[in-house]
Amino acid sequence: MLIKKPGDIKSSEITPKELYLNRRQFILAASASAISAGALFGAGVSGAAAAETPAREKFKDLRKSPYSTSEKLNSFKDITTYNNFYELGTDKGDPARNAKYLAVRPWTVAVEGEVKKPKLYDIDELIRIAPLEERIYRLRCVEAWSMVIPWVGFPLASLIRLTEPTGNAKFVQFVAVHDPKRLPGQKFPVLDWPYVEGLRMDEAMHPLTILSVGLYGETLLPQNGAPIRLVVPWKYGFKSIKSIVKIRLVETQPPNSWNSMQPQEYGFYSNVNPEVDHPRWSQATERRIGEFFRRKTLMFNGYGEHVAALYKGMDLKKYY
Amino acid sequence: MFHYIKIIAFTACLVPLGQLIYNAATNNLGANPIEAITRFTGSWALIFILVTLGVTPVRKTTGWNDLVKLRRMLGLFAFFYASLHFATYFALDHFFDFATIAKDVVKRPYVTAGFTAFVLMVPLAITSTKAMIRRLGRRWQQLHYLVYVVAVAGVLHFYWLVKADTRRPVLYGSVLAVLLGCRVVSKWSPALALRRKGPAGLAR
Repeated sequence: MLIKKPGDIKSSEITPKELYLNRRQFILAASASAISAGALFGAGVSGAAAAETPAREKFKDLRKSPYSTSEKLNSFKDITTYNNFYELGTDKGDPARNAKYLAVRPWTVAVEGEVKKPKLYDIDELIRIAPLEERIYRLRCVEAWSMVIPWVGFPLASLIRLTEPTGNAKFVQFVAVHDPKRLPGQKFPVLDWPYVEGLRMDEAMHPLTILSVGLYGETLLPQNGAPIRLVVPWKYGFKSIKSIVKIRLVETQPPNSWNSMQPQEYGFYSNVNPEVDHPRWSQATERRIGEFFRRKTLMFNGYGEHVAALYKGMDLKKYY
Repeated sequence: MFHYIKIIAFTACLVPLGQLIYNAATNNLGANPIEAITRFTGSWALIFILVTLGVTPVRKTTGWNDLVKLRRMLGLFAFFYASLHFATYFALDHFFDFATIAKDVVKRPYVTAGFTAFVLMVPLAITSTKAMIRRLGRRWQQLHYLVYVVAVAGVLHFYWLVKADTRRPVLYGSVLAVLLGCRVVSKWSPALALRRKGPAGLAR
């Protein structure tokens, strides 16, 4: 009988998988820092990034929504290569370049605070609590550019109702993932990590406010805030916090990262408002990505008929 | 010999422009090309200002005096990239909307600083010819001290426009501080200046 000898490699010589993966990460990290060192002085010209894209899942049977705009969509490439997600780097192309570090499974979202039914959701359970819809929204960045994005998601209100808020729940606080290993941008204290955001209860319950889990009919990519993010279309983009791990109902107004960083420039409300300038630049116009001429910025990003009533009687110059 | 060095330097100074044209032609400027062009030309204008200011300290420490013959060219390239930067803002970003631009210049400190830097570069570029240097005599040097104002305003322009990540403007500012520091040292420390000249016999 012929017994085949096993290979000559002793089991002690085989690199454990963990180390092997770490080594790969190290190489990736080294090349990334070499690139960013070059970009630091070299003033890169290209905003484009060729990202190694993780497998995306296609959603089936998405509902259409009356809240969707019929405006021309921005391309998938524009939406996934021009991003503000400082956790993955501060250049617009960085999030796509660094997307590979942000593993989005396993992932849990804790829903807690002033609720009768707190729960730690597994992401795959959370995305099934309500029927998924396509919501084509305008997104207006505080930096005066805008896009039209076909999100996939469900109303935040659906989740909040499940938690049975107590009478003390006046605000909703959101906390994003904090893990410098997966989010290399968090190695620098550009902002105070983790990124946090907040909404007033009525804003959170508004039917326009959604938790998004995809775009263009497929699961979100890390650079867009995978696996789950907030989308509040009448507010500047930074309110729509990405890669959420905690949703907490609270009694008092929670802090939000940009406001904590620069309170004179970024408010809690941050409603899109062409009449209230950022102290350092005008908010009267915006450049729609893909267009040459600037367009006029609309009050509440054009969602005034739905949300203006939320702010009746408020001085929006004071509560910017 | 130095003639060739000059040609090589001139060509090198055109590399960023080539890179910009190539990326524009191959549709590789990203989702927001106007912003990409603005940032690229602005960065290179600043880099060239700093390189120009580096000529004198490097010349003094290395004793390579021919280097000063590159200074005018480097300064003019700074003006060249600053002009592209300004033209991008004026023509592409705001499409000759004079009212908005005027309001920006008055109201937005970062625009005020950038505009000041650009405007002050104009007389420097105009008086960079040999004839002008001869005509202005001692006042030429006085006029060209404006480059320090240009550099400080340029760095401030960059620093005031970023949202939160100040690493690059701080880096440019630090380089500028070192370059200005060199000048203070060589002016106020004759001992150091003397040592730098080296043995009399070797001086050119």
